[in-house]
Amino acid sequence: MLARLLLGLLMMASATAALAAEPLALPKAKGGTTCVEAPAVMRRDHPDMLKHQRDETMRLGIRGAKASLKECVACHSTAAADGAPRRVDDPGQFCQSCHAYVAVKPDCFECHAAVPGQKTAGGAP
Amino acid sequence: MTQLSRRQVLLASGAVLIVSAAEAADSQSVRGQPASSARRWGLLIDTAKCAADCTICVDACKAEMGLTGHDRPLTDAQYVRKVNVKDPASGHTHSLPVMCQHCAKPPCVDVCPTGASMKRADGIVLVDRHICIGCRYCMMACPYKARSFAHEAQTGQQPHLPRGKGTVEGCTLCVHRVDEGRPPACVEACAAKAKGAMLFGDLKDSSSDIARRVAREATSRIRADLGLDPAVRYQGI
Ligand code: SF4
Ligand code: SF4
Repeated sequence: MLARLLLGLLMMASATAALAAEPLALPKAKGGTTCVEAPAVMRRDHPDMLKHQRDETMRLGIRGAKASLKECVACHSTAAADGAPRRVDDPGQFCQSCHAYVAVKPDCFECHAAVPGQKTAGGAP
Repeated sequence: MTQLSRRQVLLASGAVLIVSAAEAADSQSVRGQPASSARRWGLLIDTAKCAADCTICVDACKAEMGLTGHDRPLTDAQYVRKVNVKDPASGHTHSLPVMCQHCAKPPCVDVCPTGASMKRADGIVLVDRHICIGCRYCMMACPYKARSFAHEAQTGQQPHLPRGKGTVEGCTLCVHRVDEGRPPACVEACAAKAKGAMLFGDLKDSSSDIARRVAREATSRIRADLGLDPAVRYQGI
């Protein structure tokens, strides 16, 4: 009995060790950029930050806030070999890697652009 | 010579300060500040300058908003459309672009069961797609046929205009541009490539071009009898 318990504990410990040793391989953000918060804060709070801001921006018209899905995409999308931007919700890309790992489906990109905007002559995208 | 009192000088300099602050804030929203009810954005459209076969505003809108169709004119999204009308008595024809009229008393907002259909403080009427359930009551209620429904999964969205299946959408008066101090895409395109039939501005600012023309010239609103107080005015109809 005791042996089985010990074995179980041992397996749990080794599983945790394996997890710690293999962090998710996420694509790097654009060089020279700094996130609006520390990674630990972003990992935990980004849904709340975005949900809070979406109402302020959409309904009240407050622009230029810290949390911005557009800016997330601008920094975290990567380019394919031919230079075309990859969607952040494509498998292996920044948003999707983590969300697949925790089995959460982000709905954002059913409506929001998942690639950065192309700068047009008219100004901001 | 009259001596100016200290109080008069202070008052006068205060007036200068207020004027310059108002000028600076005139075109652009202030970062971090909500839209203000001191403004009401609107359009004045001169149909005499609008040719029946011209679709420059419609095309500019589709490009700006990333609207892609499925070759189904009855259900494809359109935020602005050209309406050609004819006076049966005189035979006189004219053509006018019709978009969301950004009503001051919008029935689309009254009927919405979720609060998704909403009017911003500065009068711009929008759909909050985060909470729209796609019931399309607002499409039924709008007398101007201004809204569309996204029937299919969407791709190729512009970062400034999220749009997706199962939600209603319509002209935003290019709110993303307006907040940056730029005119709507249709107004810009009409001025650059056609005859400049559209004037955009703040109806509540008595020094703006649009407010001055509305105060001085005869303008009309489509179905003014409904009393919805649209922010889009027309001349020549
Ligand atoms: S034109 Fe239609 S959609 Fe636009 S505010 Fe008026 S009722 Fe609402
Ligand atoms: S379709 Fe959406 S915006 Fe229109 S009435 Fe229904 S919930 Fe409101």
